[in-house]
Amino acid sequence: MVDGKIVIDDVSYAYGGDWILRNVTLHVPPNAVTVFFGPAGGGKTTLLRLINRLNDLVEDTEMSGRILLDGKDIYDRRVNVPNLRRRVGMVFALPLPIPGTIRENVLYGPKLAGMNNPDQLGDILERSLMQAALWDEVKDRLDSPATALSGGQQQRLCIARSLSLEPEVLLLDEPTSGLDPISTRKVEESLYELKQNYTIILVPHSVQQAARVADYAAFFLMGELVEYRPGVDIFVAPRDKRTEDYVTGRFG
Amino acid sequence: MINRMGMQKAGFVLLGATTLVVVIPILLVIGYIIYEGMEALSWQFIRAAPFDGMKQGGIFPAIVGTLLLTLGTALVAIPIGVGGTVYLAEYARDTWLTRCIRLAIINLAGIPSIVYGLFGLGMFVLFLKMGTSIMAGALTLAIMTLPVIISTAEEALRAVPTEFRTVSASLGGTRWQGIRYIILPQALPGIITGIILGLLRAAGETAPILFTVAAFFLPHLPQSPFDQTMALPYHLYVISTQVPGMPDSIKYGTALVLLALVLSMNIAASIIRSYFRRRRQW
Repeated sequence: MVDGKIVIDDVSYAYGGDWILRNVTLHVPPNAVTVFFGPAGGGKTTLLRLINRLNDLVEDTEMSGRILLDGKDIYDRRVNVPNLRRRVGMVFALPLPIPGTIRENVLYGPKLAGMNNPDQLGDILERSLMQAALWDEVKDRLDSPATALSGGQQQRLCIARSLSLEPEVLLLDEPTSGLDPISTRKVEESLYELKQNYTIILVPHSVQQAARVADYAAFFLMGELVEYRPGVDIFVAPRDKRTEDYVTGRFG
Repeated sequence: MINRMGMQKAGFVLLGATTLVVVIPILLVIGYIIYEGMEALSWQFIRAAPFDGMKQGGIFPAIVGTLLLTLGTALVAIPIGVGGTVYLAEYARDTWLTRCIRLAIINLAGIPSIVYGLFGLGMFVLFLKMGTSIMAGALTLAIMTLPVIISTAEEALRAVPTEFRTVSASLGGTRWQGIRYIILPQALPGIITGIILGLLRAAGETAPILFTVAAFFLPHLPQSPFDQTMALPYHLYVISTQVPGMPDSIKYGTALVLLALVLSMNIAASIIRSYFRRRRQW
């Protein structure tokens, strides 16, 4: 795991003077699901947002260390940040459709990227919605408002929206936290398909979900990376006492 | 229990009464002006220029003048106001400078309109040598209108959830693309409200145009932005106070036309606003 798709190299991060991440180093392998799990306030979401530089939008922060994507520092001054975000897509905890239709939501990113060939856009629309397991449910009403969809459908729409840009990496921040079990299963199943082509990092909403989907798992506690190993091991035979206590439900 | 229900009823009655107190004077004003002004109202009154010491004829030049002034104000105030607001709300960081600017805007909104009039006289009419002209008047009115537009529009932009900006950025949008395609369309009803409020105030003001543009009596239409013009609010002031023996019906007729102009702008604005609001989905 020396050269990952993404290399997080001794990253520390502070917001408003408080350290949220401390000296985190880990390598994220390609074509696998890596989960960042642990109790709230561990810095998982923050780390996720550092990988596509969404934290650039926040003021009063401080960062040290490096994050490499395919060996290149994404915080280099020459990096085109919108392009980076096209390569590293993100799905948020709460589905937030852009005001407009299903079609407009999925094609928002490609259009901003300058794509305007109708055939090409049509292909992207269909492929993205299929990958997010939503196509069959919406193919007859692509031009109806996105907000008319159920919560589970909206979240899959948001996944499709990220996939429309064919990112290399997909960051998912508790994507199923607001969903019912059936929608959750659909999202988790689509992850299984997606990891064939994408590098996925997921912040799960429960330890159980972490165990279900993880190929690799990293346990975060209070801004520190406690343990990072291939998936099953960390849940079956954790090495660190703190990981064990959390996985077995002694705290959380 | 009875007591609590009684309190509830009393509360409703009280609140209902305050609403009436707000509405009744407005209805009375409108009703009275319509009653007194209807008599003067005719096609001739609207389409003709005044003559015989303004005691005869119509108010056409004043109507055109007010429309031109409002148009000029809009042309200057809308782009500057909206542009400045987008910068303040979306780009500017929170520094002492931006805080000073915000404070200045709030204070500008509270300055009496006659002060704007004097400023316009000094700045545009004399210093920039525009003379008393539509140009100078529209610029003065625009400056008076800006704080209203900026403070309402900023409110509207801030009401759009931050998450939309994040979502847009996460899909490879630049900051401007997020503003252009999501934030501005969502804030549009609020921004339009601010613009209308500002322009309505400008259309009805007398003091700022007193020294900068308004003509006492000018029975023909302005030919260029550097001409003087008559304007409804000032004309109303003139015929009510400066011309002895002016028939009441002409005064109220003029007031009625001004009122109708302003109200119809207001209604048009509400229609535009609700059209955009219906398209909003959060």
